[in-house]
Amino acid sequence: MNFAMLDFSKNYFELFELPLGFTVDAKRLAERYRTLQAVTHPDRYVVAADHEKRVSLQASTQVNEAYRTLKDPLARARYLLSLHTGDPGTDSETSKDGAFLMEQMELRETLAEAQSSPNPHAAVARVLTHLAEQSAALDKELAGLFADPTPANLTSAREIVRKLQFLDKCRRDAEDLEGLIDGRY
Amino acid sequence: MPLLQIAEPGQSAAPHQHRLAAGIDLGTTNSLVATVRSGVAETLPDAQGRHLLPSVVRFSAAAAPVVGYPAQAAALDDPLNTIASAKRLIGRGLAEVKQLGGRLPYVFVNPDAAVPRIRTAGGDLTPVEVSAEILKTLAQRAQDTLGGPLAGVVITVPAYFDDAQRQATKDAATLAGLNVFRLLSEPTAAAVAYSLDHADAGTAEGIHAIYDLGGGTFDISILRLTRGVYEVLAAGGDSALGGDDFDRILAQWALEQAGVSDGADHRTLRQAMQAACTAKEQLSSAPTADLMLTLPDGRQWSATLDRAAFEGLIDPLIDRSLAACRRALRDARVSVPEVDAVVLVGGSTRVPRVRERVAALFGRPPLANIDPDRVVAIGAAIQADLLAGNRPGDDLLLLDVIPLSLGIETMGGLVERLIPRNSTIPVARAQTFTTFKDGQTAMAIHVLQGERDLVDDCRSLARFELRGIPPLVAGAARIQVSFEIDADGLLRVAASELTSGVTARVEVKPSYGLTDGEIAAMLSDSRQHAGEDQLARRVREERVEAQRVLESLRAALTRDGDALLDTAERTRIEDAMTALAATLNSIDAKRIGDARRALEQACGRYVERRMNQSIQSAMAGQRVDAFE
Repeated sequence: MNFAMLDFSKNYFELFELPLGFTVDAKRLAERYRTLQAVTHPDRYVVAADHEKRVSLQASTQVNEAYRTLKDPLARARYLLSLHTGDPGTDSETSKDGAFLMEQMELRETLAEAQSSPNPHAAVARVLTHLAEQSAALDKELAGLFADPTPANLTSAREIVRKLQFLDKCRRDAEDLEGLIDGRY
Repeated sequence: MPLLQIAEPGQSAAPHQHRLAAGIDLGTTNSLVATVRSGVAETLPDAQGRHLLPSVVRFSAAAAPVVGYPAQAAALDDPLNTIASAKRLIGRGLAEVKQLGGRLPYVFVNPDAAVPRIRTAGGDLTPVEVSAEILKTLAQRAQDTLGGPLAGVVITVPAYFDDAQRQATKDAATLAGLNVFRLLSEPTAAAVAYSLDHADAGTAEGIHAIYDLGGGTFDISILRLTRGVYEVLAAGGDSALGGDDFDRILAQWALEQAGVSDGADHRTLRQAMQAACTAKEQLSSAPTADLMLTLPDGRQWSATLDRAAFEGLIDPLIDRSLAACRRALRDARVSVPEVDAVVLVGGSTRVPRVRERVAALFGRPPLANIDPDRVVAIGAAIQADLLAGNRPGDDLLLLDVIPLSLGIETMGGLVERLIPRNSTIPVARAQTFTTFKDGQTAMAIHVLQGERDLVDDCRSLARFELRGIPPLVAGAARIQVSFEIDADGLLRVAASELTSGVTARVEVKPSYGLTDGEIAAMLSDSRQHAGEDQLARRVREERVEAQRVLESLRAALTRDGDALLDTAERTRIEDAMTALAATLNSIDAKRIGDARRALEQACGRYVERRMNQSIQSAMAGQRVDAFE
C-alpha cells in the first residue's frame, strides 16, 4: 500500500505482534485488532486537533488493512510472498497444473448447471463445500512451505497461491449465484 | 488533545469539561433528538410533550418555515408547499427518485438537474435545505433542554445509504450550523442502545441481527459484540423500501378500487396516502379497517379491508427485505443458528406480519422491548456523549463498514472494484492503471458505487480528469487511483501519474450533491437572516480552540516532551506556541486559526510518536492479558 504508515519499518505481523508465518492464531489476531482500533480509531479523536485526526485516520486505516490481510488465508499468503520475495505478483499468471485446471473446469460446469437443477440451492452448496475442502488442503500445504521459506518452497507456495486464487474466484461466483437464486424465490 | 487521554487510560485530559452533545435520528417520516443526562439517554419532547417530530416542512413566502405537526396538519390543504419524506430525495436525481418511489406530489424545477429543486412559496428548495430545517428544529430543542450550544451531534443514516446520500446528509447538517461528530448507521445505533440495556443481564455479547424497517428505508446489519467493541460484519438493505411503501401500495389499491387511479390530483393522492396509513395502523390490532375517500368529482368512496388482503398486498415488499437479510448473513459468513439475538427497529416493524416473517426467517422471536421509534436516537445520543469525551473509561467502540462496493470505470463500460462492500472503515485502497493510446495526455476517471459489473447498472458518484500525463507509448504511463473512505463512510478519490508526479484529487460530491460554493451561498443567506454577528462568533470559537490546543500541548510536553523530542524539534514547537499565544487578543479569526494550524504542523512528528507510544503501551497490556 502507498499510504503513509505510522512506522514504515513494521510489517503487519510485527504490528499485531504475531510470529511471521502462514499459521495465525485467529483468536489472538481478533483480540489484538480490537486493542489496536481502541487506540487508533477516529472516534477517539473527534474533538482533537486536525493533525491528530489525520494521524488517527491513517493509523486506523492501516490497522484495518493489516487485519484484513492477516485474517484471509489468500491475502495472507500473497502478503507473505511479497515479504519474502518482494513480489506478490500472481495476478496475471495461471496455474500450470493440468489436472487441477481440468477439475476447475468441471466445477465451473457444475455451477453453470446448478441454476437449472431441481434443487439449485443444494447444488451450489455442494460446490461451495467442495471448494472449501480444496482450499483447506492447500492452506495446510502452505503452512508447511512458509514454515521453511527456502527459494524452492516459495516457488511451490506461489503455485499454490495461484490455485487458491482460482478457488476464491469460483467461490465468489458461487455465492453470487446463490444470491441470484435467492432473489428468484 | 485526546492523545493525552490515551497515555492515561480512563482519564480525561480536562475532567471538568463536559461538552453538550445530542444524537439525531433524521427519519423519512419522523425525526427525534436524544441526549444523555445524568447518565441516562432519553429522547427529548417538545413543549407539548411529543417526542416525535414529523419530518414535514411547510414553506411560505412571508414567514419562516414551519416544521413538524403544524406542517403535517397543513399537508392536505397546501400540498405543494409542504414537503414530506425529503429523506427519500436526498442525494438522488429526480429520475432515480421517480423510478424508486412512484409519483411525488410536488412541482420540480428543472427536473433534469443533478440536484432536484422543489418549487414552493418559500423558494426553489433542495432536499438538503428541507432536511436542514428539520435538523435546526431538533438542535434547538436539545439546546433549550440542555441550556447551551451543542458542541456536536451524531446524525444517523441508513446503513445502506450510498456516498451521495451520506454526503447530502452531512451538507444538511452544515447548513443547519451543526458540528457533526459522526454519521452513524441506524442499526448500529440501535445495537448500542440494546447492548447497554442488556449489559447487566450479560446477554449482550455475541452476534446480533438488526432488522430496521423505517418509513422509507430498510436496513439489515449483522454485528458481533465482544467486550464493548461492535464489529459490523455485514450491512445490507434497500434505501428505497419502507413503511411508506406499505401506505403507497395500499393507497394505490384504494384508488384503483375507486376507479380514479389515473386521474388522481395531488389532493386526492395525499388523502389516499393518509387513509392508507391510518388503515395500516388499525390493522396492526384490528382484523379489518375502513377506508374513505372524497374523490375529485365530489363522490364519497369507502371500502373495508381485512388483514389477510392487506398482508397479500405487502408480502412482496417484505420478501424484498428478507432476501436482503439472507444476503447479509451470507456476506457475514454467519448461519441462522449462530445469530444470538434479532432486534426490531423502526416504526414499520409494528406491523404484525413483519414480525411474524422475521421470526420465521431467524427461527426465533425478535426483540422489540425498546420503543422501535426511539431506539436509534437513544443509541446516537450515547455515541455522541462518548465522542464528546464525556464517558472517560468507557471502552465502547463501533467498527462500521461501507454497504456498497466502490470502483472505477475501465475499458468496455466495465467496473473495476477497488473496495468491496462490507469493508471495515476507515479504509484506503489504491490501484494502478495505464493509458491505452500512444501519446495520451489525459485520463477520465469515473467513480462508481454498486455491485454490478456494468457501469450502467451502478451509481455514478463522480467524474474527473487527470491531465498533464506525459505523452508516452500506450501502456507506459502508470496512473495510480486511490480511494480513501473516512469513519463517516465518505469517499475521497485521488489520481496521480507515478512517473511524472501529476496529481488530481476530488472530494466525491459533484454528480448528485451540492457544490461547496452552493453550500457557502446558502449558509451566508441563512446567516443574514439569523442576524447574529458571525465574525464575533468565529473569533470567539478560534480563541477557545487555540487555548485548548495550547493547554493540552503544555501538559503533553511536561509529561513526555523530553523523551520524545530533540532540542531542535522542541524549540520549533515552543516558538509556534509563543506565536499562537501572541494572537489570542487579536480580533482576526483567520490570524488565530493560521497560527493554530502552524502549531499543529510543527507538532506533526510529535503526534505520530505519541500515537506509536500509545500503540506500544496498549499492546503491552495485551501481552500481560495473554499470560493471565
